[in-house]
Amino acid sequence: MTATIERVETPEVRNRATPEERRSTIVGWVLIALGLFVFIFFGLGLDGDGTATFNMSLQTDRFKDLAWVVDARLLSFIVGVLIMGLGVWRLTRRALDWTNIALAVGFTLFALAFLAWAAAGSQFSMVGMIRSTVILSVVVVFGALTGLMCERVGIINIGIEGQLLASAFAGVVLSSAFGTLAGLSGALLTGALLGWLLAWLTIRFNVDQIIAGVVINFLALGLTSLMSARILSDVQSLNAPARIPAWRIPFLADIPVLGATLFDHTFFVYGMFILVVAIHIGLFYTRWGLRSRSVGEHPKAADTAGINVYWVRYRNVILGGMIAGFGGAFLGLAQVARFEEDMTGGIGFIGLAAMIFGKWLPFGALGAGLVFGFARAVQQKAAILNIGIPSEFLLMLPYVVTIIVVAGVVGKTRPPAADGQPYIKE
Amino acid sequence: MALELRGITKRFPTVVANDNVSLSVAPGEIVALLGENGAGKTTLMNVLFGLYSPDEGQVVIDGDHLELSNPSASIAAGVGMVHQHFMLVPVFTVAENVILGLEPVKGLSLIDRTKARRLVTDISDRYRLAVDPDALIEDLPVGVQQRVEIVKVLARDARYIVFDEPTAVLTPQEVEEFFEIVRGLKDDGKGVIFISHKLNEALEIADRIVVLRDGKAVGEVNPADTSKEQLAELMVGRPVLLTVEKSDAEPGDVVLSVENLVVLDDRAHRTVNGASFEVRSGEIVGIAGVQGNGQTELVESIVGMRPSLAGRVVIAGHDVTEHSPRQIHESGIAHVPEDRQESGLVLDFTVAENMVLDSYYDEPYSRGLRMDWATATEAAQRLVDEYDVKTTRVDVPVSTLSGGNQQKVIVAREFDRDVKLVIGSQPTRGVDVGSIEYIHARIVEQRDMGAAVLVISSELDEVMALADRILVIYQGRIVGEFDPKSVSSTEVGLAMLGSGEG
Amino acid sequence: MGDQEHEGRPDPESHAAGNDVARRVSGIDEKLGRAILTPLLALVLALAVGAVIIMVTDVDAWRLMGEDLGGALGEMLEGVWIAYRELFRGAFGSVRAISETLFTASPLILAGLAVAVGFRTGLFNIGARGQMFAGGLFALWVGLHVDLPALIHIPVALIAAIIGGGLWGGLAGFLKARFGAHEVITTIMLNFVAAFFVLYILKTSLFQEAGSNLPQSAPVLDSARLPPIFAQQYRVNISLIIAVLAVWFIHWLLFRSTIGFEFRAAGLSASASAYAGMNVSFLYTAVMFVSGGLAGLAGASMTLGLPPYTVTSNFPGTIGFDAIALALLGRSHPVGVLWAGLLFGALIAGGRTMQAAAGVSVDLVIVMQALIIIFIAAPALVRAVFRIRAAEAEPTQLTKGWGS
Repeated sequence: MTATIERVETPEVRNRATPEERRSTIVGWVLIALGLFVFIFFGLGLDGDGTATFNMSLQTDRFKDLAWVVDARLLSFIVGVLIMGLGVWRLTRRALDWTNIALAVGFTLFALAFLAWAAAGSQFSMVGMIRSTVILSVVVVFGALTGLMCERVGIINIGIEGQLLASAFAGVVLSSAFGTLAGLSGALLTGALLGWLLAWLTIRFNVDQIIAGVVINFLALGLTSLMSARILSDVQSLNAPARIPAWRIPFLADIPVLGATLFDHTFFVYGMFILVVAIHIGLFYTRWGLRSRSVGEHPKAADTAGINVYWVRYRNVILGGMIAGFGGAFLGLAQVARFEEDMTGGIGFIGLAAMIFGKWLPFGALGAGLVFGFARAVQQKAAILNIGIPSEFLLMLPYVVTIIVVAGVVGKTRPPAADGQPYIKE
Repeated sequence: MALELRGITKRFPTVVANDNVSLSVAPGEIVALLGENGAGKTTLMNVLFGLYSPDEGQVVIDGDHLELSNPSASIAAGVGMVHQHFMLVPVFTVAENVILGLEPVKGLSLIDRTKARRLVTDISDRYRLAVDPDALIEDLPVGVQQRVEIVKVLARDARYIVFDEPTAVLTPQEVEEFFEIVRGLKDDGKGVIFISHKLNEALEIADRIVVLRDGKAVGEVNPADTSKEQLAELMVGRPVLLTVEKSDAEPGDVVLSVENLVVLDDRAHRTVNGASFEVRSGEIVGIAGVQGNGQTELVESIVGMRPSLAGRVVIAGHDVTEHSPRQIHESGIAHVPEDRQESGLVLDFTVAENMVLDSYYDEPYSRGLRMDWATATEAAQRLVDEYDVKTTRVDVPVSTLSGGNQQKVIVAREFDRDVKLVIGSQPTRGVDVGSIEYIHARIVEQRDMGAAVLVISSELDEVMALADRILVIYQGRIVGEFDPKSVSSTEVGLAMLGSGEG
Repeated sequence: MGDQEHEGRPDPESHAAGNDVARRVSGIDEKLGRAILTPLLALVLALAVGAVIIMVTDVDAWRLMGEDLGGALGEMLEGVWIAYRELFRGAFGSVRAISETLFTASPLILAGLAVAVGFRTGLFNIGARGQMFAGGLFALWVGLHVDLPALIHIPVALIAAIIGGGLWGGLAGFLKARFGAHEVITTIMLNFVAAFFVLYILKTSLFQEAGSNLPQSAPVLDSARLPPIFAQQYRVNISLIIAVLAVWFIHWLLFRSTIGFEFRAAGLSASASAYAGMNVSFLYTAVMFVSGGLAGLAGASMTLGLPPYTVTSNFPGTIGFDAIALALLGRSHPVGVLWAGLLFGALIAGGRTMQAAAGVSVDLVIVMQALIIIFIAAPALVRAVFRIRAAEAEPTQLTKGWGS
């Protein structure tokens, strides 16, 4: 044994911060700016009557005429200060795990202040707003779950948009011709078929996953538009499905606020919540989930453990397609109840962003979907309130939110390790 | 009763990886499959394990022909394999990895975690493997991960176990422990195939040694009747130097100085945590350490690919801590990166394009924005000749070259200019003996021309042979310094485990 | 990975030396064959599938099916014949048709180049549409509000288009380089944002004709209108020349310039490029600027070159998406994109005639594009259909997962 270097103590860290610390600082400044904005524009900038009335019940409710009356100016002052406080707290870079929560709370408060400001001097149905949020998030959540099912086994699905669109079309046509059940099955089958196509192209022919997804979007858009132009315009009875009615859950639907927002919906909405729970349990507590995740993280390890990687990928991507089919059915049979060319309008991609935002977790997908639903609900309600912002800018909102989300507002996320990588055996 | 591979032939588009290879192992026997990198060892075992399908030949286990379609058939027949690159899911626990594919379930196919845990502890206790069923794989050191692989194999009731280069990532002490485990398996009646390119280890552990060269089985020897030199010749086809020939170092001025460096890895762990050392011109400093103790991040940080959290890197008197990779490169660094296929080469680029990959932007290869491909091609041709790169032309994709020749392309590119500091990360990983000798000689040559050389290798033998001074890295710090001429690999190995200090 | 791969393919020199010449010759043959044969077969297959689609969507024939099977089938086949005859006539049947094909091809080539440049750098730019909006809008503003002689006015407008499209594309590149936001999602989202913005801005006094309330611009000043090449009655204009010049320039950029070398290196291995000292973040932003600039030119060709020179809110049409198929068909090579652009120009120009004369919606062209992409990206599929011997495996992975 020869000389040994003397021990060095862990040195003082210079001002080069870790990514999480930097993010905390950025979020801090964003929150301070947001708080200041609320304080100045929604608080000081509010003219005239500052009383906002939030209706907390619908006319159809058992308990009517619940309302929350609030002074929008005062609320904005309080909220503005609170948000700035959150920002200052982030600037201290303590409790880094709380950055996202601070951000979420900050934006929720901002939304509240915004609504109060917009509704100042008039009335606004808060319950209607939350109800819209839930409904508008359904397709996003189904899209996110589709993406999650595929990416958990290592296949990126850019074709969610096309899967939604094609199954909406199939659902509408079959439902118009043969009834709701046929429409629903047709939508599920179409989703499954396009899921299979994605798996087949990427696994059997080793087509780049993103290109295969783009192909599915093209095919769906082209075929549905073509058939819509050639068939539906001619035989209009094929574009008139019976709207699937809401199914009011007895007693639960009578609870104030919660009843109207959660328990008076079509079965698609209940299905969404059930599916989220089911996929969560499935992924993390069952054999199916363990095997699926192993294929998405380390397919070769799965293979050497005797798991058929290709079969698992086929199965999950097809199941994912069926989830998209369910989402498409909701779009075509319940939400809109007819087919329109390109009726998805990018919502599949928003679903994909929700999946990333939700960190590849089912409950994350639900949460992210609700955020997007909220953004769209705000856009719709704000358009009604006529607050002077051009509607085009409100329409942009969900897309801008998506960009901000994928630009890493949630910090560094960790996709499944083998995501997007073909598994090639000799 | 035996596992037999009969006349296995496996062809790839450009090469025959296995040419009529036969091999057998009986229960309670340890057979070493010896061969240098590229000899076809891993291919043969992947055939046995059903990952590749052979073009000819068959696998017979205890008299039964094995349909070689996929790993499950091999597993069912009692074959287990501990791969060189562990087949473990990093984000799963030990128990989850072990039960993958044979999950105990209860009720509605929910995984029975109690049973899973018990399975792991039972096997772990019986063979004294000491693994914690609830630990996350990514948090475990490689030595423990290897034991998890063994548990995995045993949980599948394997009777024949293949170890593919199992000692590559272990310290000498760990190798001894590992051999104890293997002997225990042998006593338990398991047939063991031990794949290696290390002569000493094959001689120590095996009952029988089969040598593979260029895809053919070229000999079978009894360890008692052979010598290291004989084996080496059989393995390479010619006598080989087992040491690096070099004169004593004459260290000059400090060229590289690393001071209290702290670097985060991708998971935000402080993988390099206060490392300090110096490298002088005219000396080769080798960094030894168990894989995953911060070597990768240390090098990435020195060459500017990874920001450091604290500390300084000084090259030839200039603080380059905040400099870009190009600035650092221009200060006279030749860097042979750890993963040549990922970081060293653009595989789909031609040899010529790769030769100018970090010098294309300046005279003589370009003027302004315009590339001068004629000059670049000429230079590439000169380098190919000078550095003995075996390729048909310089305008073929570099991916068509063998590993050793790919590495020589990088060495040629990096060494062909005024070099003050050479950094070689795993400079000879996965290349053939001829290329290893060649690259070692070139590194020594750089030293003799006055460059400071830093070599990082997980192969302790390489560090011992090449370095003038050995530094041991453990948990992101330099914990020991040794003179390779007066220290045994056991002592260095102890330091690598963090217990060898003063 | 490393070691195992080498076990798989050791020393080719020991084996390849003998048949090197043979391999080289057959290699050239195969390369040429693949470059021409595969796209050709893909086109044939796409036309065949398109025919089937025309048949099964023939509502009138289906109504006949019950009574007169033969007649119904006959009518379906006749439908296909008429559709494809009109498609061909609309593409090549007259000087006007050829002018239409070239006119349609010009922005397609530019947008296709945009996508191809991205592919070469490993980026999948689905945002040509948004970048066309941005570039077209910038050019339109110059075309409406800057009064200059034509000789200066047009170049200024085109530079504005490059800047507009470049900034919009560069934004996506920057978001990827700085924050790791995947360009596939950001470019699609930026498409929507741009579309809504154009819808808004065309209704403001900045662009709208006084007295109108439609989202439609005032007519572009005469001096900024892209002049026709042949004659006033044929629509093909100088954007064709711009497109051909762009093909030449991009070819030079990719294969003869240092930055093109960097683009291609980053596209094939971002990691190795970074180790070689290239600034990959900068390259992502730069290539998206170039890509966006090309798409911006395509946008300008739609705002300044399309009679009657009043711009509506969906001026890029489907060009932004056609560009993706086009880049794939042209194998991301500038010259390949030129030919693919001419082919698609013919398909779309012919498709318009087909829609008018045969009642088959031009959406069929989208389906055919999707099929062409499949067949190009999965050569094994084409080989299976035509029972061609498999050549060496061709990796088709162009893009990467979310991580990179």
